[in-house]
Parts: sequence; C-alpha cells; structure tokens
Amino acid sequence: MNRFKKVALMMGMLLAVMALGFAGGGSQAATPAAEGTVSIAMVTDVGGINDQSFNQSAWEGLQRAQSELGVKVSYVESNQSADYPRNLETLVDSNNDLIWGIGFLMGDVLLAEAQNNPTQKYAIIDVAYADTPSNLIGVVFREQEPSFLVGYIAGKMTESNKVGFVGGVKFALIEKFEYGFRAGVASANPDAEVYVQYAESFTDAAAGKAIATQFYQQGADIVFHAAGGVGDGVIEAAREQGRWAIGVDRDQNDLAPENVLTSAMKRVDNAMFNVAKELAAGRFAGGTTVEYGLAEGGVGIAPSSNKHVPADILAEVQQIENRITTGALQVPFDMATFEAFMAAQ
Amino acid sequence: MFNDLAFIIGTSLMYSTPLIYTALGGTISENGGVVNIGLEGMMSFGAFMAAAIGFYSGNPWIGFLAGGLAGMSLALLHAIATVTYRADHVVSGIALNFLGPGLALFLSRLMFEGATMTRPLDLTNKIPQPLRSFFAEGNGPFQRNGFFGIILNQYATVYLVFFLVALVWFFLYRTRFGLRLRSVGEHPEAADSLGINVFRMKYIAVLLSGAMAGFGGAAMSIAVVSRFSPTLISGQGFIALAAMIFGKWKPQGAMLASLMFGFAQGLAIYLGNPRVGVNVPGEILSMIPYVLTLIILIFQGKLLGRTVGPRALGKPFYKS
Repeated sequence: MNRFKKVALMMGMLLAVMALGFAGGGSQAATPAAEGTVSIAMVTDVGGINDQSFNQSAWEGLQRAQSELGVKVSYVESNQSADYPRNLETLVDSNNDLIWGIGFLMGDVLLAEAQNNPTQKYAIIDVAYADTPSNLIGVVFREQEPSFLVGYIAGKMTESNKVGFVGGVKFALIEKFEYGFRAGVASANPDAEVYVQYAESFTDAAAGKAIATQFYQQGADIVFHAAGGVGDGVIEAAREQGRWAIGVDRDQNDLAPENVLTSAMKRVDNAMFNVAKELAAGRFAGGTTVEYGLAEGGVGIAPSSNKHVPADILAEVQQIENRITTGALQVPFDMATFEAFMAAQ
Repeated sequence: MFNDLAFIIGTSLMYSTPLIYTALGGTISENGGVVNIGLEGMMSFGAFMAAAIGFYSGNPWIGFLAGGLAGMSLALLHAIATVTYRADHVVSGIALNFLGPGLALFLSRLMFEGATMTRPLDLTNKIPQPLRSFFAEGNGPFQRNGFFGIILNQYATVYLVFFLVALVWFFLYRTRFGLRLRSVGEHPEAADSLGINVFRMKYIAVLLSGAMAGFGGAAMSIAVVSRFSPTLISGQGFIALAAMIFGKWKPQGAMLASLMFGFAQGLAIYLGNPRVGVNVPGEILSMIPYVLTLIILIFQGKLLGRTVGPRALGKPFYKS
C-alpha cells in the first residue's frame, strides 16, 4: 500500500510538471494563418516566443511577412535544448517550405537535420557554417557596426573620458561587440579610456552588477554590455549609481528609462522578413552565409536614442552610418582588424 | 587601495546574501531530517513571486513576503511527499527543481502579457537601502563610493539575513523547540517515544526551509536586481546546499561558507578588472570560487573535524 502511494504520488508530481511544461510553452505548431502559397515555420530557442529578445523579434519578422507577403507562418517553442531535434522534425512532417532555427545553440542539430532531409529548405540565425549544405542558409549579423555607433555616442557623451564594456563570455561573436565599440569610442574621442571585462557567464546578474559598479566607481560614466542576463545587473548598477548604460540586441530603454542611453540592436525581424521575401519571389540563397549589417537594415541603434542623445550627435551618427553603408568605413570586429583600424587613425 | 578592499567586501556581501538565506533554509530542513535539494526550485519560484507581487503591489516588503510564501507552497508539496508519503527525498527535490521554474514561467506569461520576465521595479519600490541617505554622493571614506559607503550601503535584505542567522542559531540551540527539531533529525523513534509529534516537527522544518529559500530568491530579484528573468536563479540553490553541508549543518557554518563563496566571487571580479592589471585569463579567474571550495573541503576534515549530518537524514519515519 505504501509503495503504491509513493508511486502514485511521484506519477502525480511528474504529470504536474509535464502539464506545466506544456502550458508554459510546448508546441503550438501550425498557427492558423492567411492563405498563401509559401509556408515558413520557426523553432524558437529556449525562453519562448515572448522572450523580449531574438525569438520575439524573429516571430515579428514572420508576422510581417504574413501580413505583407501573404506567406503562411507558424512557430514551435523549445523549452530546453533537448527539444530542438523533435521540434525540427515536427515541422518537416507538416510540409513547410522553409524551416528557421533561432539562435546559435541550435547550430549542430539543425545542420544534422539539413543533411538528413536534403529536399527541405532550412535557415538559421547567428550561425556561419564552414561548409553549408545547399538546402541551408546561415544568417549572421555585423554586430560590430551598431557597436561602433553606440561607441561613438559614448565617446562623444562621456564627461570623465572613461567608458566601460561588459562582455558575457569571451568568444568571437561577443568580441565583435567589444572591438566595434572600442573603435567607435576611439574615433569619437581619442582621449577616452575603455575598461573591458568579461563576466564569463550569460546568466550571472550579480557579476554584471559588480563589474559595472566597479567601473562606475573608477570614474566611468557610460557602460555598454553584450552579456544577456548579466546585462540586467549592468543596467541595475547604472540605475543605482545614476550613470548611463547602453543596451544590446533590442531597445532596452524600457528596463531603465532614465539610464539606458541607447542600445545596439540586432534586427532579426528584418533578416527573417528579407529571406521570406526572397523565398516568395522564388529565390533561395542555399549553401551560403548571408551577412546582415547596416546596409541591409539588419542592425542599428535603438529608436529611443533621441530621448537622451543630443540631436547634433545623432546627426553625426547618421553620417557615420552612411559611411559604413557605402563601405567607406570598415568597422573592426576582432583584435587584428582593431589594431589595423587604430594604426590608420 | 582601501576602496579596492571595500569593493571585495561589498561584493561578497551582495553575492552571499541570497545564498545565506537559502543555506539557512537547508539547515533547518536537514536538522529536521529532511533532505532538501529542491532549494533551487523554491528559490526560483520565490524570486518570481517577489518580483511579480512587488511590481503590482508597489511595496517591496509585500513582495518579499510573497517570495517566502511561494517557497513555502512548494515546500508543502515536498513535505507531503517526503514526510506523509515517505517518498525519496532526492526524487521529490528534483521534481521541485523542475516545478519551481516551470510555475514561475507559466505565471509570468499570465501576469505579464505573455513575457517570460517581469517588468522592472522602480528604484523607490525595491527593497530599501537603509543607510543610503547617511552616505552622500562622492569618493570620501564616509561617502557613497568610499570605503564605508561601499561596504555598508547595502540593501535591507543583507542586514536582515545576519539577524536571521542569529535567530535560527538561537532557536536551534537555545530553545526547547530547536532541541526537539534536532532530536527528530537525529533519532525520530526516540523523539516519538518521548511524545514529540515527529510529523508536525518535520512539516514545520520543511515549510520554514521553503520560506527561507523563497526569501533567498527574493533577495536576488528585488534587491540585487529589480526583476525576474528565467536565468536569474541558475545554480544559487545548489551552491547554498553545498554551503550548508560545508558549514556542517549549522546556521553559523552555512553563513561562513556562503560568505567565503561570495568573497571568492568578489575576488575573481576584482582581479578581472582591467585597472588592477592582473594578467590572468578570465576563465581561470572564474574558477577561483570552485577551486577554493574544493581546497577547503579537502583540508576541512583535518582542520575542523569530520563532517557528519543528522543521523536520520533522508530516512523515512514510521510511527510504531
């Protein structure tokens, strides 16, 4: 009897967990959509469709494709990384013309899927494969370009000539933010010093707060972060110290309206929309990696920037944007290109 | 120089506080004989409820209490499973570690227009910093960014936790209630034969532990930062569990172990600062807290004597 009770209880708890898992996300595939000849589906990264970050932005891009191009769109949410293969398989079975994977964490799984289903078209955000199969597009962003622009704003607006950068984990993607930012600061204000520190985490908000607090205590007045959840702590430090923070990926001004100066945005929605538009016109750049920068509308600075940044600085930023768009200004993205950039200054 | 020292101490306090709350929770539960590895889940749910209720009520202390109640509600499930139905404590704890964050995300979507994170609290609606007005803006030793300002200008949750350490110590070792609780964890049959209601004691211990873990989560979501996000609690509950064992199941030990872990984090961040000029890769620095923990664990046996938990820990109790 006791053993039975124990088993029953465990089953009950397991069911509760599973029920919550589904209620909290799970698959909501095949959202009913307008009639269309092309259908596009996406698999979200963990965090869900309303993550106020990439997933949400990606879905907004698809929704725009639905209303402007009449394509059929749907999504499946992943609650954990183990869901990726199953979610991708589900979408293959439901006859989609194109399947999106959102985020570099899905990189290996999606590549394997693409190799197993050579007739199915795939695309992925934030991954550049060394060898891309012909049914797959990798979409990456030139994060260094918006980082350069916010760096320029920071260089112009710092009063102490000291600014900071807090990175998540030090690898090539995050270094694009660092070196773009440093180059932007240097080109606006050669005397400004940039403090750089990595939290070695994307989740440790307390570390972000401690790092940024120390920067502010050492006299920095503007700190830029490219550190996911660590950035919550950076913005909190800016609020407590009454200084500026610069957000990343989306317009983060809502997190601290008086302290977030601007944000380096990644327009995943625009990239998704563009690929959908191409596909609706019968084109698919399979086998390649597509880069989205300022010229393609794939990155930019936050619309809320005009709240705190003076109009004359924003006008200069606009001029720099034009120079980057036309190719007259090449923004550095790693240590080697950064040193070459500084030597040419 | 002095400000550097102050930074390390101040950061240690910030880091340690959520851990101390949660480790205290673990201490109470395990002294009553119930293993609680569900601390992480309770912390997560507590962090969410504190941020959500704090946001809608506009009062941080109502939010803080809501965090404690949220932790307690999960703890009630743990108590029903492990005490009444004598289920395996570890299995039930693992289930709670899934349930806590799951519930938090589910409720967050209901309460915040589908978003998996809460909206940030205004600075004035966070847990207050009681000494903030005492320190003026500036770098002097008695100013906000000077020696005493950096160390002492902490959130109320930081002061509260040290008071709670003393309180839990007093209850466990200086009251009849504490003696009974510990006897239930050591030898429930003997306690039962003396007329102590073992089931009730265990329920109280587990519920208090949930409340503490919930407070730990709240100390993170409405004091260290000002909102809940899905990655906010990632591993603190397990570190607190380790700190409790490391602290030999005693409140003061759990506190010291948590402080040591916080100190190591503060040191790692300090050494990683570009102006300090220690040229060590960040990956190595971020290992400091864990390497330090291992080293102390290895030498602990020699220095502090053997580490033994309550004798009847994790064992089911059958009333004869």
